[in-house]
Amino acid sequence: MEFLSYLISGISLGSVYAIIALGYTMVYGIAKMLNFAHGDVIMVGGYVSFCAMSYLGLPGWLSVVLAMAACTVLGVVIEGLAYKPLRQATSLAVLITAIGVSYFLQNAAQLIWGASPKGYTPLIPTTNAQGEPNALRLFDGQLSISYISLFTMGACIVIMALLTFFTGRTKLGKAMRACSEDKGAAQLMGINVNATISLTFAIGSALAAVAGGLLCSFTTSLMPTTGSMPGIKAFTAAVFGGIGSIPGAFLGGVLLGIIESLAKAYISTQLANAILFAVLIIVLLVKPSGLLGKYVPEKV
Amino acid sequence: MRKLTQKIRGLKKTTKVDFATYLGVILAFIAVTLLGRFGLLNRSLTGMLVPICAYIVMAVSLNLTVGILGELSLGHAGFMSVGAFSGVIAAQSLQGAIPSAPVRLAVAILVGAVFAAAAGFIVGVPVLRLRGDYLAIVTLAFGEIIKELINCLLVGYDSRGLHMAFNVSGSLTINDLGLEPDGMAIIKGAQGATGTTTIATFTAGFILIMITLVIVLNLVRSRAGRAIMALRDNRIAAESVGINVTKYKLMAFVTSASLAGAAGALYGLNYSNLAASKFSFDTSILVLVYVVLGGLGNMWGSIIAAAVLYILPEALREFADYRMLVYAVVLILVMLATNNDQLKALAGRILPKRKGAADNG
Amino acid sequence: MKKKNLAARLLAGAMCLSLLAGCSSTGGTPASGAPSQGAQESQPAQNDNQGGQTAGGTFKLGGIGPLTTDTAIYGKAAMNGAQIAVDEINALGGAIQFELQAEDDQADPELGVNAYHKLLDDGAQIIVGSVTSGSGIAVSAETFKDRVFTLTPSGSSVDVIDGKDNVFQVCFTDPNQGTGSADYISENLPGAKVAVIYRNDDAYSQGIRDTFVAEADAKGMSIVYQGTFTKDTQTDFSVQLAGAQNAGADVLFLPIYYQPASVILAQAAAMSYAPTFFGVDGMDGILTMEGFDTKLAEGVMLLTPFSADAEDERTQNFVKKYNELHGETPNQFAADGYDAVYVIYEAIQAAGCTAGMSAADICEALVKAMTTISVDGLTGQGMTWKASGEVSKAPMAVVIKDGVYVTP
Repeated sequence: MEFLSYLISGISLGSVYAIIALGYTMVYGIAKMLNFAHGDVIMVGGYVSFCAMSYLGLPGWLSVVLAMAACTVLGVVIEGLAYKPLRQATSLAVLITAIGVSYFLQNAAQLIWGASPKGYTPLIPTTNAQGEPNALRLFDGQLSISYISLFTMGACIVIMALLTFFTGRTKLGKAMRACSEDKGAAQLMGINVNATISLTFAIGSALAAVAGGLLCSFTTSLMPTTGSMPGIKAFTAAVFGGIGSIPGAFLGGVLLGIIESLAKAYISTQLANAILFAVLIIVLLVKPSGLLGKYVPEKV
Repeated sequence: MRKLTQKIRGLKKTTKVDFATYLGVILAFIAVTLLGRFGLLNRSLTGMLVPICAYIVMAVSLNLTVGILGELSLGHAGFMSVGAFSGVIAAQSLQGAIPSAPVRLAVAILVGAVFAAAAGFIVGVPVLRLRGDYLAIVTLAFGEIIKELINCLLVGYDSRGLHMAFNVSGSLTINDLGLEPDGMAIIKGAQGATGTTTIATFTAGFILIMITLVIVLNLVRSRAGRAIMALRDNRIAAESVGINVTKYKLMAFVTSASLAGAAGALYGLNYSNLAASKFSFDTSILVLVYVVLGGLGNMWGSIIAAAVLYILPEALREFADYRMLVYAVVLILVMLATNNDQLKALAGRILPKRKGAADNG
Repeated sequence: MKKKNLAARLLAGAMCLSLLAGCSSTGGTPASGAPSQGAQESQPAQNDNQGGQTAGGTFKLGGIGPLTTDTAIYGKAAMNGAQIAVDEINALGGAIQFELQAEDDQADPELGVNAYHKLLDDGAQIIVGSVTSGSGIAVSAETFKDRVFTLTPSGSSVDVIDGKDNVFQVCFTDPNQGTGSADYISENLPGAKVAVIYRNDDAYSQGIRDTFVAEADAKGMSIVYQGTFTKDTQTDFSVQLAGAQNAGADVLFLPIYYQPASVILAQAAAMSYAPTFFGVDGMDGILTMEGFDTKLAEGVMLLTPFSADAEDERTQNFVKKYNELHGETPNQFAADGYDAVYVIYEAIQAAGCTAGMSAADICEALVKAMTTISVDGLTGQGMTWKASGEVSKAPMAVVIKDGVYVTP
């Protein structure tokens, strides 16, 4: 039973990582860039929904929708100003720019919202009016799963399904995949590559806003640096599952959460991150392109 | 005199650049030392000299991995960390055995370099089989693992020698080392190395930069260096002409790691307090920024970029709260400007002579 | 490739030039009463001023603390508090006037030392800092070498003051808090099964926990569980909480800052685990955290030197001023910063320093005066100092009831 409860807390943590990783992997798959600012877009999404809830008094779902709109705009603006001019540049130049954007967002957030942490009211409150936990109770209450965890897991699966459908079945999604395979050829076939990449950023950023709301519901607090470590972990998750692969990002995120939780419970709370990264290294050594990544044979 | 100029002209272009780099560093050292002697250097700059030296060595050594070997490493600070802590342990525990501070510093730097090289070897063997972004994430992972491991490390020294414990369960404290009353705690877990006797000096930093340059530039210009660059440009082609991939990749990676360790030891012995959390992903990224802005494979570019970008946030202190925001904007603008085709064309037009000369040489 | 490098060099060159310009403008303006460049240069002529002269002049204080990155809240609070004290003292119009310059160190020893050098360049004579222990240890080693008087508002590690006669603390030392908490729990909650969750990559948290565990062992208390977390894993405590719950802990000792503590409280409520939470001074601020549900903190006990709800006039005034200026309720760091300036004020009066003296002379005089003065501040009445730099004041245990601190 103990094991089961650790497992469940791992899955719910992993679902948050997975949603972030989905955004990462979308952008990487199409634009072939490591968007290190993704974690900070999540943080902005968290702040926007926080403000909508506390200052405008909007309900949770509406504030997340508002955050999605704000982050979409932000993502497109960042892409247009900072990344678009570097389309032909080396990937390292883009990486450094993304880091610059990340610093910018963190410091701007500190100037706008201050350095003090904010308490984030979870989208589904942790306790109900009677002070009892808002949770699903199983096995005579020995095992409890909070509703927000269930909601996060559900949201994660729905988003993954939608994205898979979008990239696989719709015209725009096919255009994205074409850009991912070969930008030059896609352009020759009449696909507007620039617009497609901007669209990818828009989707990725909207996802980041959702992730922001869920992450903050989970951590119940919000700071200008809230996004950076989950961002790195989600990046790890995306690579773990095979970067560029949508089911891979989901699987990677959930596995990462489970490993982290079990490592804390049974090995050492100190070394949880170290163990997590060690597992990642071993997996990559056995499967160099991640769990579900495509193996690309080298051409001479 | 004319003979000399002819001789210089006759040298290869790369050799000229190398000598110019050495000369530049030596001149900069002399200039700074003289300015300091005459009291023309303010305290801020004087205080920054040692960390600048350490970061220059970091940047040059990372350039070996990123620019020459062509592999993106996001965990370079991990090697700096290994070097810093092993260096501090060596320097602190040898206080009695080696009273002379410069000698102790040299020994500490050497110890730091050796331990970091060992770490580089352990990391390098598995990691270098991966490619591209996968390699990048694994170096990041190693950097984080090293950070967490050092966070759990307890080290003390007394008359019976060195004592170490590894606080995996989270329930040990420095008292569990059972130090004798005369003993001293060197590393106290998260609190890191506190009370270190600071023995790093600018002169030592300068010498370390010179040694680093000699090692890196000679490696790059040697047969091995050409093999490494061939691997970067086309691995399959290089392999097909019989270049041993693992051997040359490891050679570059381990050299880079050991120099980072040396830089770490210098850095660690400049502050009386050093925590493992300093050597996080952020520090790795910081050094990577130096390398990219200085130009991949361009050693003197790394030196200048490290020095300028280290001073930049300090010079921006006038902006108070907006300091880091301005730094971020400058970073983005510089990246955009250096990759702008129009600007590049403009630069080419303004300085056509120089370009021609370089091509002829 | 070549062209790209060229452009990079041009830009780098331009940046260099602008930097040099920046340096000369700051370096070239010596403030009034320029400090010595080090102990050896102190002018003997100025020593003569010391005897018999009344204290006076404008002293330049240099504040060091994290003003950006994730620890900015502590540095900003301390510096804001110090600035309020400076303004109050200046408004008195007495002979002693202050000028405070705060520099950012991002809680990093390296940047702390840089900030310290910058402050000396700008003419600072007394250092108020560093706000965090990690940076404070490195900075105080430098001030000890240079003989600059240093008073840290909140750098609570013993290593900050250890072996440095010129460094004093306003806050309790970490061991003081650790032993204090253990003593309090063993007296007031006898027979409790204690669990500890601490942050093992943070000197403050680990320092308190180390002495807490040592004292608890000495008192024969039973510690049933110890869990850790790091900066990178402070988002999820479900495993540590389950560990404590399964071990049957009924007191949960949290020597951590209030932000992770707020997460722990929320997650414990979510799993209906309700032990007695016991915090230290880092916990202060939890009630004023924007958006935090104060119901979660009901019954939390903590040792704190400062309470924004205290009813004495000075605290009320301070809280009001702070609220007007910065739009939030001050936490303990703000009070520490405020007290630090008043302590320096008292010490200068006792020592009879003048602003014309060199930093080294001020330092010697203040070091002598510190052990003789007694200061009433926001964080303690009748604070006195030992020569080691440690403050003597009584920690106050409070319990949170209906969203305010009450003394049990």
